Amino acid sequence: MEKWSLMAIAALLGLTIRWTVSLGSYSGAGKPPLYGDYEAQRHWQEVTYNLPVKQWYFNTSDNNLQYWGLDYPPLTAYHSLLCAYVAKLINPSWIALHTSRGHESQPHKLFMRATVLVADLLIYIPAVILYCCYLRETSTKKKIATALCILLYPGLILIDYGHFQYNSVSLGFALWGVLCLSCDLNLLGSVAFCLAINYKQMELYHSLPFFCYLLGKCFKKGLMGKGLLLLIKLGSIVVVSFAVCWLPFCSEVEQILQVLRRLFPVDRGLFEDKVANIWCTLSVLIKIKTVLSSQTQFKLSFALTFLSLLPCCIKLTLQPSLKGFKYALVSCALSFFLFSFQVHEKSILLVSIPVCLVINEIPFMSTWFLLVSTFSMLPLLLKDGLLLSYIVTTLAFFTVCIASFSIFEKTSEDDLQLKTFSSSLRRYIPWFRTFPNLMKSAFLVSITLMGILTLMSATLDPPKKLPDLFPLAVSAVSCLHFLFFLLYFNVITIWELRDSRNQKKSN
Amino acid sequence: MAAHRGGSGGEGWFPALAVGVTLLKLLLIPTYHSTDFEVHRNWLAITHSLPVSQWYYEATSQWTLDYPPFFAWFEYVLSHVAKYFDREMLVIQNLDYSNDKTVLFQRLSVIFTDVLFIYAAHECCKCVNRKQSGKDILESPPFVIAVLLLWNFGLLIVDHIHFQYNGFLFGLMLLSIARLFQKRHLEGAFLFAVLLHFKHIYLYVAPAYGVFLLRSYCFTANNPDGSVRWRSFSFLRFAALGLIVSLVSALSLGPFIAWGQLPQVVSRLFPFKRGLCHAYWAPNFWAVYNALDKALAIIGLKYRFLEPTRMSKASMTGGLVQEFQHTVLPSVTPLATLICTAVSILPSVFCLWFKPQGPRGFLQCLVLCSLSSFMFGWHVHEKAILLAILPLSLLSVERSRDASIYLILSTTGHLSLFPLLFTAPELPIKILLMLLFTVYSFSSLKAIFRKEGPLLNWLETIYLTGLIPLEIFCEIVFPFTPWMLKFPFLPLLLTSVYCALGIMYSWLKLYISVFTGPPAIRQKEE
Repeated sequence: MEKWSLMAIAALLGLTIRWTVSLGSYSGAGKPPLYGDYEAQRHWQEVTYNLPVKQWYFNTSDNNLQYWGLDYPPLTAYHSLLCAYVAKLINPSWIALHTSRGHESQPHKLFMRATVLVADLLIYIPAVILYCCYLRETSTKKKIATALCILLYPGLILIDYGHFQYNSVSLGFALWGVLCLSCDLNLLGSVAFCLAINYKQMELYHSLPFFCYLLGKCFKKGLMGKGLLLLIKLGSIVVVSFAVCWLPFCSEVEQILQVLRRLFPVDRGLFEDKVANIWCTLSVLIKIKTVLSSQTQFKLSFALTFLSLLPCCIKLTLQPSLKGFKYALVSCALSFFLFSFQVHEKSILLVSIPVCLVINEIPFMSTWFLLVSTFSMLPLLLKDGLLLSYIVTTLAFFTVCIASFSIFEKTSEDDLQLKTFSSSLRRYIPWFRTFPNLMKSAFLVSITLMGILTLMSATLDPPKKLPDLFPLAVSAVSCLHFLFFLLYFNVITIWELRDSRNQKKSN
Repeated sequence: MAAHRGGSGGEGWFPALAVGVTLLKLLLIPTYHSTDFEVHRNWLAITHSLPVSQWYYEATSQWTLDYPPFFAWFEYVLSHVAKYFDREMLVIQNLDYSNDKTVLFQRLSVIFTDVLFIYAAHECCKCVNRKQSGKDILESPPFVIAVLLLWNFGLLIVDHIHFQYNGFLFGLMLLSIARLFQKRHLEGAFLFAVLLHFKHIYLYVAPAYGVFLLRSYCFTANNPDGSVRWRSFSFLRFAALGLIVSLVSALSLGPFIAWGQLPQVVSRLFPFKRGLCHAYWAPNFWAVYNALDKALAIIGLKYRFLEPTRMSKASMTGGLVQEFQHTVLPSVTPLATLICTAVSILPSVFCLWFKPQGPRGFLQCLVLCSLSSFMFGWHVHEKAILLAILPLSLLSVERSRDASIYLILSTTGHLSLFPLLFTAPELPIKILLMLLFTVYSFSSLKAIFRKEGPLLNWLETIYLTGLIPLEIFCEIVFPFTPWMLKFPFLPLLLTSVYCALGIMYSWLKLYISVFTGPPAIRQKEE
């Protein structure tokens, strides 16, 4: 069969699953007075359409910031405005100021779901398909299998089409950035990534690898000649794209400051709800939020994040390689997720998408991680009534991964990309071995545990004394997994680079 | 098609395909369901709360039990599971009862019974010629058949969105076909007899079964010229067949005959009170006939050939009412359709008798029977086209001629199912699934017959491409035009007439290929 038709089938399957998930419930459906993210997005359409730009981020009589105030960067606001214009054409009451608050109806749901699909279709899906087409040293079949796996990744589908958000836009822009960088289009890549940051500030998780990789490239070209020129070009294009995005807010300094205050709500505390990061898990043992002052919390989380980021960023700057760049995206985003301040459970998607990008290189570990990442959002998904979609999409993804990569046969040292690491370790500890079978059984234990926890949270009522027992258990289990993955990805990032240097020597 | 890129060879791909499609079915649970949902809920209630003797008399709901007894027993068994989900759905008086648990139970019951269909598809995969299977698993005939059957677009939307239990019924049919291929004739006959007592629409293909079993099973030998050797008739085999059929029938209808209820059961099963065409015209000969009548009436009115007073009002709103009165052409009676059907079936049955080509010839005859009755039958539902498409999938991977017929028939037939789902949220689903199936069937069959040139000629290509603008016009452009209020039935009429042309064409083409085609496969086998 021809390549294009297989790719089309992969894309169509992804789209079908997306749309069927979107028939289900969304966050805050029929739950006044606050509703959920669905209402937030609708409210932003209402605000951006009816109010002048200057009032979008300010608390005014027409814009109560306590009720889903706009707290994403300008591109999100523009997107909302665009959707609002379409909504106005279909039914003006959907975005009428004040009166539309909490509006819910079948046609409106259909409209909102369609906006997500359109955004996805325009930005994320083409990026995934092109990325897989341009993969190097891979057979056609592997490329298509990779595309199918990425498109079926349940976490993103469930959050965007179930819970309701537009993550595929910011992640899609970031993916375009990676795609451009891998084709050596550095300037275009930077623009795409700037768009991503300006759509969602959480994309900053990815900013360090982008920065380090490009900086490293400049260094490589020589800091005086071509490298300096590239650096200046990159710097100016970033400044220009930021300026364009923020143009309506550039008139006053106070505007910019207010937007920034909305984007980084430092006073909201170390974490919210149940997040599978280190703080939430630790607070089971020590009540960090009460023991430490918020200043100390902030400093502590900053220091830990910085320290965990440091090794792979330094490596990437010194030896920029495309492969290292992808792994650095994973480990940096994971460090941010685990240690930084004010993390949402949905931010795990920022780690997952880079993991998707390396699924063809380390299928076993990637599949494992992607399953855990979806599992870590279970409490949220249960709240939204997405249990069935969660189970079905996860199983579908798992089936596809098994069938296309036969992951259980990919647990050897070589397949896990740990060869250089273990051989260098063996110099000091001669008896050291990585155990393929051990990995396999660890994986099986882990998915059984996740399955049992899913079943328990879905069917059992928690004991009265511990109402948060299951969400906390889910977070703690996922967090432990994530710590293990952080270690693993850091090891790969650091030793992979050494590997490439060795290869050069031998050449 | 999820997960079909198995790097590992062997049979590993089949479970992946089956699991993939089952997961998709689970995702379709919250979609729209038609009145058939209430029909089956009502039958659950009837069979659960009434004694057997009253099943065919109960008429609280307008959706009375009109399937044969085995299906009623099937509902009876289901109802004993249903009571663990929600007892209220088993009360006859709860008309139009529906809640989340009822929906979940009914949907799951369809998905679970589809296991039989999956098994049948698995057996069918074994029957195809494996000689062609090359290096690429994606292009091997068993794989293609598995996808064409398991991921069949029509079956997915009719069973898992619209709501019906065709999956396991087709499973029985395919399984009986597979048994005939495997030379386990008695088993095949038994399965088909059982199937007939589940849903009597399969009577349409009974001639093919009857003649095939008589000719190729009861007569054990042929003359050298291929004609029947009358002396070789095996009375034992004939008696065994007869015994099986009568035992199954006795089991199903026996109690009702004993109670003297047979006339009532039969009147429920064959309601000739309904009109020639369903509310939405199935794309068959009568759709073209009706359209022609209408066109003639309009032309006649315009050029004053006809007097407006003589024309009844109903004809002008045709498509909305069930009873369609013809104005220019003669009206059609049930008897006329019966004769037309019989006449159109006969040649294929003769062919099966005089030119037996083994199970493949039987399969061709079966497809022709179902297509002919679809073309000329009384009150045909558009869903009945699946009765032709599914068996034809088995033939499509063997010869390029059959493949091209399959492509035309499945594409037009599936498109003609679109009006079944008219709600906005399902619009993307049906388009995506249709594209998925069409892209796959075209590219996979093209890959199998790569060496034999293009599968479709220019006319067929133009016709099939024409379906795209037709669909865009009907679903997207038309609702915004001023005609929407004046002629709300126009999209349905256009769709059914346009698709009828394609289905008639493939029917003729299949007939021609059966009569002119040399028994190429048979020679290959020898």
